[in-house]
Amino acid sequence: MSKASIFWINGPVVKARGSRDFMMNEMVRVGNSRLIGEVVDLDQDTLTIQVYEGTRGLQTEELVEGTGRLLSAYLGPGLIGGVFDGIERPLDRLAQAYGDYVTRGVELFPLEEGRKWRVEVLKREGDSVSPGEVYARIQETSMIEHRLLVPPQVKGEVVEARPNGEYRVSDNILLIRNGEQEIPLRLYQEWPVRLPRPIKNRIPPSLPLITGQRVIDFFFPLAKGGAAAIPGGFGTGKTVTQHQLAKWSDADLIVYIGCGERGNEMTQVLEEFPQLVDPRTGKALMERTVLVANTSNMPVSAREASIYTGITIAEYFRDMGYHVALMADSTSRWAEALRELSGRMEEMPAEEGFPAYLTSRLSEFYERAGRAETLAGKEGSVTIIGAVSPPGGDFSEPVTQHTREFVRCFWALDRNLAYSRHYPSVNWLTSYSEFVEDLADWFENEVDTSWNQLRTEAMALLNEDDRLQQVIKLVGEDVLPDEQRLVVEVGRLLKTGFLQQNSFSLTDSFCSLQKQFQMIDLILYFYRRARELISLGMAISEIKRGAVYPKLLRMKEDIPAAQLEELGKLREEVEKFFDELAQRYGEGVRHAG
Amino acid sequence: MPVREYLGLSRIYGPLVVVKGVEKVGYEELVEVVLRGEKRLGQVVFLEEDQAVIQVFEGTAGLTQADARVRFLGRPVEISLSQEVIGRVFDGLGRPIDQEGEVIEDVRRDVYGEAINPYTREYPRNFIQTGISAIDGMATLIRGQKLPIFSGAGLPHNRLVVQITRQAKIAGGEKFVVVFCGIGLKHDEAEFIQSSFEETGAMKNVVMVLNLADDPSVERITTPQVALTIAEYLAFDQDMHVLAILTDMTNYCETLREISNYRGEVPARKGYPGYMYSDLASIYERTGMIKGRKGSLTQIPVVTMPNDDITHPIPDLTGYITEGQIVLGRELHRQGIYPPISILPSLSRLMKDGIGEGFTRPDHPNLASQLFASYGQAQNVRSLASIIGEEELSEADRNYLDFARKFESQFINQDFSEERSMEETLNLGWAMLAQLPPSELNRVTREEINQFLQR
Repeated sequence: MSKASIFWINGPVVKARGSRDFMMNEMVRVGNSRLIGEVVDLDQDTLTIQVYEGTRGLQTEELVEGTGRLLSAYLGPGLIGGVFDGIERPLDRLAQAYGDYVTRGVELFPLEEGRKWRVEVLKREGDSVSPGEVYARIQETSMIEHRLLVPPQVKGEVVEARPNGEYRVSDNILLIRNGEQEIPLRLYQEWPVRLPRPIKNRIPPSLPLITGQRVIDFFFPLAKGGAAAIPGGFGTGKTVTQHQLAKWSDADLIVYIGCGERGNEMTQVLEEFPQLVDPRTGKALMERTVLVANTSNMPVSAREASIYTGITIAEYFRDMGYHVALMADSTSRWAEALRELSGRMEEMPAEEGFPAYLTSRLSEFYERAGRAETLAGKEGSVTIIGAVSPPGGDFSEPVTQHTREFVRCFWALDRNLAYSRHYPSVNWLTSYSEFVEDLADWFENEVDTSWNQLRTEAMALLNEDDRLQQVIKLVGEDVLPDEQRLVVEVGRLLKTGFLQQNSFSLTDSFCSLQKQFQMIDLILYFYRRARELISLGMAISEIKRGAVYPKLLRMKEDIPAAQLEELGKLREEVEKFFDELAQRYGEGVRHAG
Repeated sequence: MPVREYLGLSRIYGPLVVVKGVEKVGYEELVEVVLRGEKRLGQVVFLEEDQAVIQVFEGTAGLTQADARVRFLGRPVEISLSQEVIGRVFDGLGRPIDQEGEVIEDVRRDVYGEAINPYTREYPRNFIQTGISAIDGMATLIRGQKLPIFSGAGLPHNRLVVQITRQAKIAGGEKFVVVFCGIGLKHDEAEFIQSSFEETGAMKNVVMVLNLADDPSVERITTPQVALTIAEYLAFDQDMHVLAILTDMTNYCETLREISNYRGEVPARKGYPGYMYSDLASIYERTGMIKGRKGSLTQIPVVTMPNDDITHPIPDLTGYITEGQIVLGRELHRQGIYPPISILPSLSRLMKDGIGEGFTRPDHPNLASQLFASYGQAQNVRSLASIIGEEELSEADRNYLDFARKFESQFINQDFSEERSMEETLNLGWAMLAQLPPSELNRVTREEINQFLQR
């Protein structure tokens, strides 16, 4: 193995010299404690290494040893339900083996080596196999069938095949011959994390990722295979929103990357997800979740790698034909890790100390999202939802700005909304989704033909309400004419009764598309009827006094998804209320006349 | 690792010195710089070829290039620990400064610690009573939480943390200790803090780690880490519930910037180094609870916001790491309200899981939410009143103004020596709500109104 001697140490960046045999991005072991690192620069016989573990105590003249492999992820059964660090070390087994603190210099195979899996082998001797084909199946959890794929670079004829049975991850299942070459296929494969896994074709995004969050699904929908950013200052609820999406979105599999965030938040996921039940399948959410955790006090270079480890796992499951959603919380910490490493390597900085390649790294990452036809001709997708933590909540900073160039969905979290405890604090005026057009047909066919029309109407009302709120701040609500006060009241219904959604409430945490549609339909119906009466001269106080206004405000909580017919009843009640009001008012007018 | 000694420094700049011709030196290794019998401690911060750059904790004033000897001690910065640390006072490097002699050593620990494996953490779920209504009622402190105080120059944050130190307790009478860490404290502040602990007898449950404003600023780099190493030991080795108070983290960050600047690093925002987030996280994330261990470590760092700007990098990065914040407001302070806690921007993220049924009182979550909403509404009314005048307000709006005045002067306001139990705080909250007509109370249930609201 290639070896070099350390002569320069600055935090997580180390330089060594003495060999020209190292590969770019090769994984290396650094020093006597055998810390894990990666080669990031080669210059003559000098190599620069970023070390994925703390370098305290490391000395000059200690050795760096090559491993001959690129920084890679091990992909196979046992990933689901697991929690891994930025370079895919299993944190649960690390804790069992080495205690409560993250120990340096230890390597553990990410997949449980001793565990036996019941494998159904689909290929026999004499069959030919091609890249991406499924050659065996394992029911990994009750929700996910793990399909073992022929690696992208492998094809040929099966010369040996094991029967169905129980196997460990490292057991050979098939032997493939391609000309002179014989390639064994095990239950796992390796893939270099910095390279996107190949696909046959991209497919246009025309399916929504249904999240059960009203402000997202109804106003700013995301397509399967799309990319979205959630920027927001601290305390605006980025993480709660990410957790909500991880819990409720209708992806087959979730990869959740806690990148430079709080330890207690990962713990919360670990405690909560096994208890929570997927509304579609009735199974525990943990059975479709993979966690990658690099908390803010874990080594900064592993934070840089965690994003790639996560997306590689997501692509692997996409290649099996699954719709995968990846949450990265937060991509700003990843960008800052790049900045820190770049600074230690004494590179020339661009904006605010970030390296000039920040943009290309961001675009490479977000472009790994997509809906695709896999090598084997199946359909799968990777959807990326990246949280962004702009310093001071200022969206003009480099990471937010550059991220905007590569995502088509922007859910801007707003500190003022968060201060008034309006959650999710997605600002409906500054957010946008470019998928609205792509998904229009789907919503009209699958939910209701008037979906898009109602969306436009509701959005116009919210805009009008915002304009009126500016006036109210100056002169108070009482002086507005009643038509405008009605807009303000309906604005309140939309904001409190529809946009606000309580993630801690059992009824409201997830809202089906049907319920979303009926709610908005009802609110707009209320608006149209009320406007009619007000144009005839009725006072707004008459309309607000009735029992229906507070009921509309509370329908999100009062009416569970399972009893949607209650919304129909509520609609009848609204109808009756306005009919009676109109009748009474008509009589009143006649008397006066 | 043997001790190696070298004579002479090749460069001295700011708090840093360079030694040439060294061999087998470890990164972040502890170093003694000796000049004419006087020892100063330092740490290796950069290695290149046979050169080591050392940051000297006690400053470089008076060092000469030729005569200084540098001894590499072959170990990281460590401190001695045992249960005896309780009631003692240490400097920023963990050396006793209270004339009570050395601590008898049970274990030695590297002051920088290791990261807790997220898998072994336990989610924090029980509260600490501070005896201060605005905190206990509205932004409850949870065991294992890191909840900073965002303050400004001239605001009484030090009085507040002293009061918290004296009053903080947990239900059930388990062992509770405060580690009080002063970073760059002014002499009179330190004097006030120490004497008020001694007068009230609180000192017997306090460990103090003190770095004063005129102590060498480099020592501030280790000060919070020393305090947290002590706190971790008491929490996770000795099964105690520990509250660590760090005041003032702004001074820590200034030192970080100073050293980064000397080292010629590329700055991020406002001259602070790009790694300040990770660096602060290595302090704040030492908080928490660990599965299977009885103790807990809770942190209240104090951050004074330069120019009261919450978007300044120090409060900003802190807020991204910590689990909420308690914000002090100048407006309230000017009105003579103590503690001047601004309710609306203050938030305890972990509060929802550690209050209510089984912890404080079942009505607590709804009560806090109602007080918050009503006070928020009152602020809207206030800004309207400042434009159109109070006389023009509706009856309902005037109720809100009365509520806000009373809430500030009776609920938030309390005496420096006044300790309120959780029960008293909650009852007081209900008394405030009595200012408002019941029709305005939509976040509490009718049963709660009947049970607790007295008119």
